Amino acid sequence: MIAHAVFFYLFSFIAIVSAIMVTAARNTVHSVFFLILDFISISCLFIMIGAEFLGMIMLIVYVGAVAVLFLFVVMMLNVAQQKNQWFGSSKSSSHIPVGLLVSLIIFFELIIVIGGWKYKPDLLDSKTIIISETTTNTHSLGNVLYTDYIHLFQLSGMILLVAMIGAIVLTFRQREGLKRQSYISQISREKKDGVQVVEVPNNKGVKIDV
Amino acid sequence: MDSIYILINETYKILFLLIPVLVTVAMIVWLDRRVWAFVQKRRGPNVVGPFGLLQSVADALKYIFKEIIIPASSNKVIFVIAPIITMTLALVSWAVIPFSENLVLADINVGILYLFAVSSLGVYGIIMGGWASNSKYPFLGAIRSAAQMVSYEVSIGVIIINVLLCVGSLNLNDIVLAQQNMWFVVPLFPMFVIFFISALAETNRPPFDLPEAEAELVAGYQTEYSGMMYAMFWLGEYANILLMCAMGSILFLGGWLPPVDSEIFAFIPSPFWLIFKILFLFILFALIKAIVPRYRYDQLMKLGWKIFLPFSLIWVILTAGYLLYFNMLPGQI
Repeated sequence: MIAHAVFFYLFSFIAIVSAIMVTAARNTVHSVFFLILDFISISCLFIMIGAEFLGMIMLIVYVGAVAVLFLFVVMMLNVAQQKNQWFGSSKSSSHIPVGLLVSLIIFFELIIVIGGWKYKPDLLDSKTIIISETTTNTHSLGNVLYTDYIHLFQLSGMILLVAMIGAIVLTFRQREGLKRQSYISQISREKKDGVQVVEVPNNKGVKIDV
Repeated sequence: MDSIYILINETYKILFLLIPVLVTVAMIVWLDRRVWAFVQKRRGPNVVGPFGLLQSVADALKYIFKEIIIPASSNKVIFVIAPIITMTLALVSWAVIPFSENLVLADINVGILYLFAVSSLGVYGIIMGGWASNSKYPFLGAIRSAAQMVSYEVSIGVIIINVLLCVGSLNLNDIVLAQQNMWFVVPLFPMFVIFFISALAETNRPPFDLPEAEAELVAGYQTEYSGMMYAMFWLGEYANILLMCAMGSILFLGGWLPPVDSEIFAFIPSPFWLIFKILFLFILFALIKAIVPRYRYDQLMKLGWKIFLPFSLIWVILTAGYLLYFNMLPGQI
């Protein structure tokens, strides 16, 4: 049990410190790396409470895919060289009220959620949450997700699909004069399409229609 | 006192796994070069030791004694961390590989997801190394490599779903045991081919070695690295290749199971079967390196997104439909 507590505090400490460093780091790329560290320690915490499926999905989706895209954007936009001026500069203080407002709202939302949990203990006993010793939590998650919540699950999938198509439509542009390779036209090309044998009369030349 | 005993016991087990893996990685480099040379009718490394077996040891000694050069304009911390991350991630995933029914370091419920997650983290070693070098060739190599690895991970994920539909569990030992009657390579043969090609792309092997295409990018993300740090990238890369071979043999070739369940094959202990299968897949990797020319970058992306992804998605629907129709879906609770 002591080892459990040690690891819990270790991961939480890393998570909190790296969350602070995301905003405090001077270099934007460093911020993204701290964000990745944060994700990893959060997924370790997930695994520690026995939610191994969530922890792994967190690693695969957020660290393996989303954070790579963050890194891409940050590196490609070349904001890496711009110094982060949130700290130590007086003219940036205009951001602070907005930030405070957002964080206050999140804080109150958290209080409401945790308060609801604290004062309504039977929230955990509702019929869909069955924590069984015999089935793995991947199985129990699937059992709930694909039976009771199938419509919500499908709906969230549709929303993601719409968002994806929207993003593609917004950024797609047909460029002019782009040469594309078409395997079918290359394979179906035959000798008679490409080569033409012509009798060339002496001193007159020949006109080939192209 | 009890916990110290557990600690020593676990450390012993980890070392017993990691040291053979590291030695194998060194030997596999020699095998790779030998196969490569064999195809091209050359001799390959044959001078150091019998059949050149000690070539990798000589190389390792050379790397250890070389000077480590850290470029002045590089981002030093990340520059040093990058090869360490590559190496660590390549070794850490061996924890869940089952060598026999009981011979596995960590028999976790979500073993295949763990493998997938760790292999998707592997991109960070490359991208960090490329960015921290602060030079254009490593940066371009890193960007190329990250895009390539993320693309091919998608199709590997869908292929894993195919196998999981037939197994009904995420545990690697369950996946192996589900193949007792028939290896998944038989019913899912197209998926095995796609997995193999995606594994080539995921580990940046030829014909998909664009991140280090020497004609265009010098050596890609590892241009600025030297000495032991370069060797760590290199070891991590080969450990990843071995890991992909292990993953392929567990998912499709029956892991530690012998080909036929009979007395003669039971004579050979099961870890050896897994090792044979890994070696078989690795020799295929090495042969491909020698015979296939390098892909162009747009062809690579087209292959990943426009051919492999739709095809494996369609195959998921086919597999699911087949299993549902014949009432063969596993793990009904």
